[in-house]
Amino acid sequence: MLFGLFILLACQLAGEIIARSLGLPIPGPVIGIVLLFALLALQGWRQGAASAETGPVAKSADGLLANLGLVFIPAGVGISQNYQLVFDNGLALVAALVISTVLTLIVTVAIFRFVSRLLPGKEAQP
Amino acid sequence: MTTNFDLWVYLAASPLLWLTLTIGTFLAAQWIAKRSFYHPVVNPVLITIVVVVLVLRLTGTSYDTYFDGAQFIHFILGPATVALAIPLYRSRQLVKAKALPILASLAIGAPFAMLSATGIAIVLGGAPAIVLALVPKSVTAGIAVGIAGQIGGEPALTAVLVIATGILGAVVVTPLMNALKITDYAARGFAAGLTSHGIGTARAFQVNSVAGTFAGLAMALNGLATAFLAPLIFGFFS
Repeated sequence: MLFGLFILLACQLAGEIIARSLGLPIPGPVIGIVLLFALLALQGWRQGAASAETGPVAKSADGLLANLGLVFIPAGVGISQNYQLVFDNGLALVAALVISTVLTLIVTVAIFRFVSRLLPGKEAQP
Repeated sequence: MTTNFDLWVYLAASPLLWLTLTIGTFLAAQWIAKRSFYHPVVNPVLITIVVVVLVLRLTGTSYDTYFDGAQFIHFILGPATVALAIPLYRSRQLVKAKALPILASLAIGAPFAMLSATGIAIVLGGAPAIVLALVPKSVTAGIAVGIAGQIGGEPALTAVLVIATGILGAVVVTPLMNALKITDYAARGFAAGLTSHGIGTARAFQVNSVAGTFAGLAMALNGLATAFLAPLIFGFFS
């Protein structure tokens, strides 16, 4: 558990160092995802995929991901400082959220189906 | 002997009270969500935010005071985001099997989610702070809050918009896909996860396990894609 948490923090730390020292406009934890994925691929290659999928890092990660909702509550409560901004832009916000969400669902599923159909033989679905 | 008032003065300023309130409210909200059979509208994160905001209002507590306690939870955002590498690694066989449809719908869906939302907000006269906060609305909150910070959006507003997008997508996806007569659960799940991150993924798992797996994959990939694309498209604002 502690070792898994250490690896997660170390990947985030390395991600922050890389992002800041290279001046990349990407959040450090996102680079951390790429680094951890590379570590897992290396571990899977050397010790078998099962050890990478169920090892201590996986256990710690599963524990955090099971309660993912909790960790963005402190940021969300900050909305209390933005009441005025939200009320003043209510229509733009609601319209942007509703229309964009529906269109993004349609566009994504359409492209996925279209490209799947271009690949003959691999298609198991009707 | 301390009076009740003295006790309150101590507690209201101590991190302990606000940390305990946040976790306790979240546990209660999860219990309510379970009782509703995880209906997407009954979102534990949303319930907790509303309750905590109300309590802060009623007690006249500032956000800074609250955050002194809540920062210990907020800190976990980073390692919890890194943890997304685990489900991504577990889905690597899926990626191989469906590489082309996955890459194509990611390459178009990720920028479309950003540009459609910001485009509509700009047309309707939304303030720049609103437009920038909308950019990562389809991305899982841990990454979205980081992206908002990078491009000059308000992270708190982004967190709430992310949750709203998640709930909207989770409510709409099943009737919409049925109306479009799409029976490919890989495609349906991928769209749900790309559009509505973790909340859409949870919904997809309720409908079909293949859909859920693809939704989780789409959530992780869209988080990565948007983190790389958003600064390129919107970085010049900040």
